[in-house]
Amino acid sequence: MTAAGWLTIVLFAVVLTALALPLGGYMARVYTGGRVFLSPLLGGPERLLYRLLRVDPGREQDWKAYAKRLLLYLILRTQNAFYVPHALNPLGYHSAPWNVTFNTASSFLTNTNWQYYGGETTMSYLSQMIGLTVQNWLSAGVGIVVAVALIRGIVGRSGKSLGNFWQDLVRTVLYVLAPISVIGALVLVSQGVIQNFTTYLTAHTITGLTQSIAMGPVASQEAIKLLGTNGGGFFNVNSAHPFENPTAFTNLFEMLLVLLIPAALVFAYGRMTGNRRQGYAIYGTMMVMFLGAVCVACIAEAHGSPAQHAAGLHTHAISGSTGGNMEGKEQRFGIAGSALFDVITTVTSCGAVNSALESFTGIGGAVPFANLSASEVIFGGVGTGLYSILLYVLLAVFIGGLMVGRTPEWLGKKLEAREIKLAGLGILVTPLAALFCTAMATATTGGRASISEGALSKAGGSTPQGFSETFYAYLSQANNNGSAFAGYTGFIQPNAGNLGSHGITFANLLGGFDMLFARYAPILFALAVAGALAGKRVTPAGLGTMRTDNPTFVVLLIGVIVLVGALTFFPALLLGPVVQGLTGHLY
Amino acid sequence: MKRDIVTSIIAVIVFTVLLGLVYPLVITGVSQVAFPGNADGQRVYVRGRLVGSRIIGQNFGTAVLEKNGKVKEVKGAVVTEPDPRYFQSRPSATEGGAYNAAASTFSNRGPNSVKTEEANAENIKAYLELNQPYDRGLTVAKIPVDAVNTSASNLDPEISPANAWIQAHRIAAVRRLSLARVNGLIAQYTDARGLGFSGERGVNVLMLNLALDRLGHSAQSAGSAGGKG
Repeated sequence: MTAAGWLTIVLFAVVLTALALPLGGYMARVYTGGRVFLSPLLGGPERLLYRLLRVDPGREQDWKAYAKRLLLYLILRTQNAFYVPHALNPLGYHSAPWNVTFNTASSFLTNTNWQYYGGETTMSYLSQMIGLTVQNWLSAGVGIVVAVALIRGIVGRSGKSLGNFWQDLVRTVLYVLAPISVIGALVLVSQGVIQNFTTYLTAHTITGLTQSIAMGPVASQEAIKLLGTNGGGFFNVNSAHPFENPTAFTNLFEMLLVLLIPAALVFAYGRMTGNRRQGYAIYGTMMVMFLGAVCVACIAEAHGSPAQHAAGLHTHAISGSTGGNMEGKEQRFGIAGSALFDVITTVTSCGAVNSALESFTGIGGAVPFANLSASEVIFGGVGTGLYSILLYVLLAVFIGGLMVGRTPEWLGKKLEAREIKLAGLGILVTPLAALFCTAMATATTGGRASISEGALSKAGGSTPQGFSETFYAYLSQANNNGSAFAGYTGFIQPNAGNLGSHGITFANLLGGFDMLFARYAPILFALAVAGALAGKRVTPAGLGTMRTDNPTFVVLLIGVIVLVGALTFFPALLLGPVVQGLTGHLY
Repeated sequence: MKRDIVTSIIAVIVFTVLLGLVYPLVITGVSQVAFPGNADGQRVYVRGRLVGSRIIGQNFGTAVLEKNGKVKEVKGAVVTEPDPRYFQSRPSATEGGAYNAAASTFSNRGPNSVKTEEANAENIKAYLELNQPYDRGLTVAKIPVDAVNTSASNLDPEISPANAWIQAHRIAAVRRLSLARVNGLIAQYTDARGLGFSGERGVNVLMLNLALDRLGHSAQSAGSAGGKG
């Protein structure tokens, strides 16, 4: 890999930290009711929204009331995603088949943004906006809101209140997502991301051919898709498309948008607990695991793939070429810009991609697998990452307590059987859904119908690549990530446009179930943990209290995360990416 | 409960209007005023005719004709062969012919797949056939990876400088230009790294080819530079 590539990685980590620290402070003030510099501007719209929604922001809710409002709202919001309007529909697309629509709706509702459809060949502009852009905002908002409620439960010193769901949602949208998203979208347009409502262009090339070029309101969706770690691309190839990600600078900018809020929330957590070092410890844990993943992916991709070597290509860097595995990668991003982007979007629940994961080398491809296996606690999705890692913190404190033979305590609160059971369940439901669905899909003919032709051996049997595709599909959907080994499909499109296309019911339904179950079960467990902790009395830390804000705890936490992930997923990982990574054999 | 349902329904409507309509429309309005060229996709016109977008890759091939003079098609896609007078983009595997910018797609070629190896070998053969006659020293070992591997979007507007330098031999010979002149143009149309350190340098193929045509018009008639046999 080139020196510029390594420099990119280091500078990225520095800039991210420098931006996330102040944003964390800002968010902590937003959620503790303090005034922020945007209050004079946004106070009016905020009060207007409360009046429109008929809510009293002062009324606080316990965890059951909070969860009830959240679920009720989500159920009613489902209709958005199912409704595919026909206005602003330049190519006159028909609705996607019902099974694909179900999958897409589940996908955007759960912040997964899994795409069995191809944006520019299936969706009208209005359905992208009403159906998808709105979900991008609100599924992100709901994630943040749950994390905030959990923090309140952890630090709460009086009663059982977790705050007011509506107030949190409104403030998240107005004070956090809207300002960054508007600025982000405009920066993207200034660098070449498109934003228009014109019909697809027809160009007449200088060699006498014609080229049809898709258009659309891309930048507005691109900004919130990344900021909200949603990841559903306007176009089929997502952030690899030059209209979504035109330069190496936009690539950097987009990566920052993805990690900004997840990183800032960790610092906000530190401030809200009253001990910033709690936040730094978690940030340190995430950063160590993140940089480890980036290095492995970059080195593996720079090495090149067995298929390239078998064809006789030389993959080392030469003057004027980066070398490496450039299959499925864009020239302007190169190896480092591609590997870094894909690690970032798989440690978070973003799942946007700027290169083809399916074409990553075995070991390079194992990195996204490992990121997802760690249940996206390395930064994670907006909100989801923080509440997921807090469940792991709970588990680590418990295990640490057992090791030193003391009652485990966390931030002055005693941890008892109820919290640990709930946290354990919260941690395990996602892997359970992923593995169950993978097993179903590999064991049935209906499931194997989705495997791409390229991942079948000459005899037609499935290869390690086919297993990787399948496993990744359900792992990604369970973690609400949405990135894909994109050969795996639930939507056959024989022609450009969806004439004669059909959905694969099995993959669509199983995937939809996978996403919905694995998203909402952990949310309920996290809120239940918050409820259980909220009522507890705080006792001052004594000599025997295990510290959760020092490097020792960081090591313990990394150990617990790796151990849980490895024990759960190792057998399945061996069958797919590891086999591919260890062999030069072609299938 | 009833109150909560009412609130939820109102929230769905209010947020849909605000975030699904107002937000994209405001961004569109501002973009169209502040950055009209970018917002519309950096269209490139030659003598008033749209030839493409600066940031969307293109197929610089010519249509292959059948014996009866009709354009040859396979599965609805026009069959093309590279035009030796122009720099060639990276291989593209979009549906409906290479560089179909209405249907971007990943090629999804696995790292251990026989099919990937076959596709690579085929692209190597084509690249050698096109360029070896003009660059005798060219061997498989010297071919840069981007000339053989498909990009992520299959719409990559750029090629690596190494790829362009090899093709420069062909362009110089076919267009009767000096190699230094062609290499000078390549340098002119090479996009720098982002902020000086991020990403990789790439040569914008469409802009480079248009510059070649402009040279042709001022120096000699473009038509005289015939194709290779």
